[in-house]
Amino acid sequence: MSGLNLVQVLNGLTFAALLFIVASGFTLIFGLLRIVNLAHGALYLFGGYIGYTVVGATGNFVLGVLASMVSIAGLGLFIDQALLRFVRGFPLREVLLTLGVAFVLNDLALVIWGGDTFSVQIPEFLRGAVRIGGVFYPKYRLFVLFLGILTFIALWFLINKTRLGALIRAGVDDAEMVEAMGINIRRVFLATSMLGTSLAGLGGTVGGAFLTLYPTADSEILVFSLAIVIIGGSGSLVGAAVGALLVGMLNTIGQVMFPELAYFVIFGPMAVLLAFRPMGLFGRAS
Amino acid sequence: MASALTTARNPLVIPVVALAVLFGALPPFVSTYELSLANEVLIFALLAMSIDVLAGYAGRVSLGHGAIFGISTYVVIYWTSIMGGSAWVGCLLGIVAATLAAGIFALLAARVSGVYFLLLTLALGMIVWGVCLRWTSVTGGENGIRGSGRPDIIADPTVFYYLTLATVLALTVVIWRFVHSPFGLTLRGIRDSESRMRSLGYGVATHILLAFTITGFFAGVAGALYALFNNFVSPSTVQLAQSVEGLLMAIIGGIGTLFGSFIGAAAIILLENFVSQYTERWQMILGFTFIGAMIFAPEGILGGLRKLFARRTGQQRADSKV
Repeated sequence: MSGLNLVQVLNGLTFAALLFIVASGFTLIFGLLRIVNLAHGALYLFGGYIGYTVVGATGNFVLGVLASMVSIAGLGLFIDQALLRFVRGFPLREVLLTLGVAFVLNDLALVIWGGDTFSVQIPEFLRGAVRIGGVFYPKYRLFVLFLGILTFIALWFLINKTRLGALIRAGVDDAEMVEAMGINIRRVFLATSMLGTSLAGLGGTVGGAFLTLYPTADSEILVFSLAIVIIGGSGSLVGAAVGALLVGMLNTIGQVMFPELAYFVIFGPMAVLLAFRPMGLFGRAS
Repeated sequence: MASALTTARNPLVIPVVALAVLFGALPPFVSTYELSLANEVLIFALLAMSIDVLAGYAGRVSLGHGAIFGISTYVVIYWTSIMGGSAWVGCLLGIVAATLAAGIFALLAARVSGVYFLLLTLALGMIVWGVCLRWTSVTGGENGIRGSGRPDIIADPTVFYYLTLATVLALTVVIWRFVHSPFGLTLRGIRDSESRMRSLGYGVATHILLAFTITGFFAGVAGALYALFNNFVSPSTVQLAQSVEGLLMAIIGGIGTLFGSFIGAAAIILLENFVSQYTERWQMILGFTFIGAMIFAPEGILGGLRKLFARRTGQQRADSKV
């Protein structure tokens, strides 16, 4: 443990921030639509590749982020409207269908972009390092940390202070009742679904700049997202944040202490938690 | 009880004999390559059956059985090629390791059901995959480990094929007896109404725990056979696609039909083999097959036939969970 210095703590925090961006989208969709989108990891990777291509073509990072968010939200819309509509009301069939989608998307990405490792180009002003507490740390990773916190605040504000957020919260509790109040819950669902998937796109582009993009990156991100949702509880923003912090930090500690078994380290808290709270820290039995 | 036994035995004899005759008569008529395909079908039918016991009879869809299967394969190959041990002891160790892993999975997953169960087994399975990929000093990482070949007695493909056939058929009988035992009936009760079983005094979690561990044993046997068959193991043996293929085989055959697993395994393996001749896009085809199966044929082939038959004879049948 003594080997954990400031750089590693920062690495853990920045990784946690990225995980939060991705997992918050996953948990939003899970909580409201009760759909576990196993294609979320593949959407992350796809978004990353799109971001990589757009940033490479235009040299504009922001444009790349926006392009990947919009196109992944579109893809999410397509999955929901063209495929999931046929299996609504059968949770297991929904999950397995998204798993099929994940396989197709992953292979499609392999066809389009090949099996090489790519890295999204970092914009000029975020390159280099800054000095914090006696160490030099990459500016870009601090930017990711900042973006993660910003995403949390924005989502928190959206969920707790806006009308859409109120509808989402009401929908999580009792979708039928909301519908009975004369609100088109399907549109709220759609908005949430697109918001959630666009976060996967955001995560892909932002994460693709420091974690790199490669064919199995989608599985890795999916496991982390699953662990976060299992730890934090479905549909809970705070749960996703706590889960992301826990998983991000543990993964970093794991990589420092047992480089080869880092993956196994996230298994520990998941196991302990499940023994006592099967629905996660902030989850509620539905 | 006697009448229950006879009525219970009848539906078992015909399919098992049919399978024995069908697969048993194959060797003289097919090429070595086709025989290896049939061998693979048998191994994966066993994996699919282990998944079907949980999905079809206990209502718990697992995405972790591919990893349990693969753990057994890893242990067998590691034991025979790195430790230089005997293949038979290796198989035993592999099966024990798989059963233990299933027990650990089960301890964590027994209390949850539905989508949560699926997610949890998925996450656990992927952790196994992650460990196999990164623990390079033991698992060989992405390069995997090459085995040291089969023992001399079963080195011949035809002999090994018959060994696989005998093992798989024997376990098919065991699994069939298992799901039709009082314990199996309790599992079905849990599938249909967990709360009712609980109020009747059944320990739901204990039953699921035991059932999961036992299916882990079956998956472990399949994994050990696969180690002898393939003589090579890499992270792709434990990856999610393995669990997904196993589940898809069970679904295509018909969840809760058990024998459907043979049809499903044959369909998927023949499709994979056929598709691979023309394109490298098997993953994509697998994904599309999955999407198609979920939308159009969630009951699978045997399940669909059974439903048709049940409608004609006017029998009521509980809907399968998937």
